[in-house]
Amino acid sequence: MRVKLKINGKKVCADIDPDMTLQKFLRKQKYFSVKCGCETSNCGACSVLLDGKPVLSCSVPAVRTQGYEIETLEGLQKEAEEIGAFIADEGADQCGFCNPGFIITAIALFREDPCPSDEKIRIYLSGNLCRCTGYEGQMRGLIRYREQRRAV
Amino acid sequence: MKELKVVNRPVRKKDAMQLLTGQPVYTDDLIKEPCLIIKLLRSPHANAIVKDIDTSKALALEGIEAVFTYKDIDQEQERYTIAGAAYPEFAPYDRLIIDRHVRYVGDVVAIVVGEDEKTVDRALKLIDVEYEVLDAVLDFRQALDNKTVIHPEDNWKILVDVGSDVKRNLVAGSSCGMGNIDEVLGRCRYVVDRTYHTKATQQCYMEPFTTYCEMDPYGRLHIVSSTQIVFHIRHIVASALHIPKSMIRVTKPRVGGGFGAKQTAVSEIYPAFVCYRLKKACKLVFSRKECFTASSPRHEMEMHVRIGADENGIIKGIDLHTLSNTGAYGEHGPTTVDLTGHKSIPLYGKQEAFRFTSEVVYTNHMSSGAYRGFGATQGLFAVESAVNELAALMHIDPIEFRLKNIVKEGEIMPAYFNEPLTSCTLDRCLMKARDMIGWKEKGQRRVLENGKVRSLGVAIAMQGSGISSVDVGSATLKLNEGGFYSLIVGSADMGTGSDTTLSQVAAEVLDCNLDHIQVFSADTDISPYDSGSYASSTAYVTGKAVERCATELRNKIIRAGARILECDPENCDFDGEKVFCEDKSVSTEDIAYASMVFSNDSLEASVSHSSKTSPPPFMAGACELETDLETGEVKVIEYVGVVDCGTPLNPNLTRIQTEGGIMQGIGMALSEDVNCTSKGNVIENSFMEYKIPTRMDVEKLSVEFEPSYEDLGPFGAKSIGEVVINTTSPAIQEAVYQACGKRFYELPIRAEDIAMAEKQKNR
Repeated sequence: MRVKLKINGKKVCADIDPDMTLQKFLRKQKYFSVKCGCETSNCGACSVLLDGKPVLSCSVPAVRTQGYEIETLEGLQKEAEEIGAFIADEGADQCGFCNPGFIITAIALFREDPCPSDEKIRIYLSGNLCRCTGYEGQMRGLIRYREQRRAV
Repeated sequence: MKELKVVNRPVRKKDAMQLLTGQPVYTDDLIKEPCLIIKLLRSPHANAIVKDIDTSKALALEGIEAVFTYKDIDQEQERYTIAGAAYPEFAPYDRLIIDRHVRYVGDVVAIVVGEDEKTVDRALKLIDVEYEVLDAVLDFRQALDNKTVIHPEDNWKILVDVGSDVKRNLVAGSSCGMGNIDEVLGRCRYVVDRTYHTKATQQCYMEPFTTYCEMDPYGRLHIVSSTQIVFHIRHIVASALHIPKSMIRVTKPRVGGGFGAKQTAVSEIYPAFVCYRLKKACKLVFSRKECFTASSPRHEMEMHVRIGADENGIIKGIDLHTLSNTGAYGEHGPTTVDLTGHKSIPLYGKQEAFRFTSEVVYTNHMSSGAYRGFGATQGLFAVESAVNELAALMHIDPIEFRLKNIVKEGEIMPAYFNEPLTSCTLDRCLMKARDMIGWKEKGQRRVLENGKVRSLGVAIAMQGSGISSVDVGSATLKLNEGGFYSLIVGSADMGTGSDTTLSQVAAEVLDCNLDHIQVFSADTDISPYDSGSYASSTAYVTGKAVERCATELRNKIIRAGARILECDPENCDFDGEKVFCEDKSVSTEDIAYASMVFSNDSLEASVSHSSKTSPPPFMAGACELETDLETGEVKVIEYVGVVDCGTPLNPNLTRIQTEGGIMQGIGMALSEDVNCTSKGNVIENSFMEYKIPTRMDVEKLSVEFEPSYEDLGPFGAKSIGEVVINTTSPAIQEAVYQACGKRFYELPIRAEDIAMAEKQKNR
C-alpha cells in the first residue's frame, strides 16, 4: 500500500507492505541512524520523533505514519552536535550504537522542558538502554548541558 | 619522569561525534545493494538427529536463491572451532557448518538465502524436517559420564591436551596447587566450606551479531563483521570452509559493543559459506532472540570453595573446585575455567597451600563463550563471598580482614603461574573505597525509620593484562605528507575507545597533538597482526607495541632530519615540530616531503609486542543497598569502585569502563536471570524477560583511581576492561546478607528470594 509522509522535512511517497514497521521503513529509506537493538520495544535504539514526540519506530506500523512528519537524527544534526559534544566530553559515547536513540530522546526532553531535574532526566530517558556506560557518564553530560543552557 | 602531555588526559574519543550524530558506521549501515538476506532454520530440540529434510517447497518460492542443509556439508570432514584464540587453540574442533546431529535448541538445521527478509521468513516455515529426538543433558551436574554422549562422532579432535575425555562429556579437566591443602585446612581454626552457582548471563551488546560478505575485485572473500578478532576470523573461516587463508579478507567497521561475545565467530561462518558458494554478496543479522538463544554467553559454573584462617585471622589456604558448563560446543570452555582459580586465589598472599581443580562439561545448551571477566567473575563471586563469610564467622571486619591478607607489590604469586607482582595499590584501593562509602560511620547494617534496611558490602578483584607469552599486539606508524601520522593497528575498538588511547600513546612519544595521529583498525589485509581485543590485552600489549613503534619512527625521523641538516644524528633531537641540531632545524613537514622525492628510505615503522607476564589490575568495590524486607526489593543506593589500572591512559575512558562494568555486575547480581524449560528452551530470550539495569535501577556510582606504575606497560598502564565487573556480585551478596541475615549462594539474588527467606524466618 501507498504511504505519504514527511521525513526530515522532505516529502516521501512509498509503496510498502502493510506489516512493515517504521523502523524497517526508515532504514530502507537509508536513514541509518535508526538502529534495531531488540525488536520488542525495550531498548530505545530505534527512537525517532513522530510529529515531535519520541516514539519507538520498531513498534509503529509504517502505514500509521500517513500524513505525519518524522524526524530522525539525520534531520537533527545541529541539536545532536550540541548535546553530543557534552556526552563526548565525558567519553560516554562508547560503542555508540544506542547513541542516536538516546540523543533523539534527549532532544525531545529538552524541547519539552529546557531545565529538567536530574530525576526527570532519568525517568524520561529510562527507556533508552545502554550496556557500555552504566548511564553515569551520560547523566554527567546531560547535567552539564543543562547547566550550560541555564547559564546562557 | 617527563610530564605527560597527551597520555593520562581526558580527551574525546576520536570517533565520538560521528557516533553521537548517528553516522552510518556499523556493519549493517555499510552494505552494498544488491545483497542477499540469510536466515537460519534452528532446531526446536535440544538433542536430535536430522533424519531427513525437504526443502523443495522453500526453494520453489520466488526470490529464494538457495537453501543449504547437512546434505551440502560432508559430515566426515575435519571439524573446526569458532572460538577466537591464538593458534594452537585450546578449543576442541567439534563443529560443522551444518551438523546432522543438532545439540541444542537453536542449533543450525538449514541456511536459507533469498532476495528479501519476508521471502526468507516464509521459506523458513516451508522446510519440512524429520527429527530423531534423543535424550538431552540439561543439568550440567549430570553431564559427566552421562549415558548420553553429546559428541559421539569420530572426527572430534583437539590440538592441545587439556585433559579431555569426550566419551565422558568431559571437555577439559585440570588440577594444580601448592603444599598440602587438606593438612593446612585441617589446622585452621576457622573454615568456610560452600558451593556457589552462577548462570549463563548475557553480554547484551546493543548491536546484534551482524556480518556482510562480498567477493572482492580479486575474487577473494571479503568479510565485514562486527567482531573483536579480525585475524582469528580469517583463521576460523578458512578452517570451516576448507579454503586457503589467502582467499579471505576480514574488515571490522565500528562495533556496537562486544564485551567478549564477539571474540567468537558466532555469525561469520554462514554468510562466508554462502558468499563463497554463490559468489554473491549476502548478509546475516541476528535477531535479538537469536542473540539470547544461539550465541556465546558466560559459562554457567558451580564452584566449591573451602577457605581457612588461623586464630590470628590469617588466610592459610584456599581449595577451589570449579565445574563449568560449556554447552553444546567446547569453544572457550577449556580456558575460561582456569581464571576462576588463577584470578581469585592469588589475591591472598599469606597462603601456605592452595588447590585448584576443574572440570568442563558438554551439555545440550547453547555453547558459552567469552564475557568480560572470562571466568574470573564467577571465581571471584565464590571466593570473595567465602572470604566475607569467613570474616563474619571470625567477627572481624571484612575490610580489615582483607588488608591483613592481601597480596603486596614485590611478592610472588604462586597461584598466578608464579608471576611476580610488579605493581599493586590494592591496599590503597580498599582504604579509599572504605572511606568513600562511609564504612566506619555507617556501619554494615542500619534500619531506617520506614523499616527498610541499609547495608554495606565489600569485595576485591584482579584480572590480567593480556595472556602471558601468547598475545601479540602490533602497530604500524608512518609519517605522511603534511607531517601527520597514520597509526594502523589490528586490535578492535568495540566502543572502549582503544583507537583513541592507542593514538594518545603514539602522540605522546612523537610529541604531537592528538589530531596529528590518524588511526585505522582493523583489516586483515592492512593491519599488522594482532591477536585481537580480548583478555584485557589492548591497552597493555598493543599499547606497548604502539609505544615501541612510535619510538622507532621517532628515531627514523631524527636520522632523516640529520641527513638533511648534514649533522650527526647523535647531536640531533626532535620536538614534534622539527628535528634540530644546535641552531639548525628542519620541520617534520619538510622531512616528510623529502621522504617522497628521490628517497630510498621509508618513514614507517612496524613493531610487534608480547609480554612474558600479565600484570594484574586490581579493584576494591563497596556497595550500599536499601532492602525492603517485606517485598525483598533491593535498591543500590551507591556503588563505589576504586581501581588500580596503572596509569589511566585516558581518565574519562577508564572511568566509563569502570562504571559500565559495575553496572553489568549489578545486573548479574540482582536481575539478570537465565532459565530454561524442560525441553531446553531459554526462557529469558528478549529484553522483556532478561532484565539488564536501566537508568532507574541504581542511584549512584562513584569511581576513583589509585594508580600504580607498571614498568612493563605503556607509560605505566595496565588493563581496565574486565577487572571492573568482578567485585559487584560478591559485594552485593555480602550486603544482602547484612540486610536479611541470609547468604545466597546462587545468582541472581532476586527480590522474591529475599522475601521468601524472610517469610520462612518469620514462620
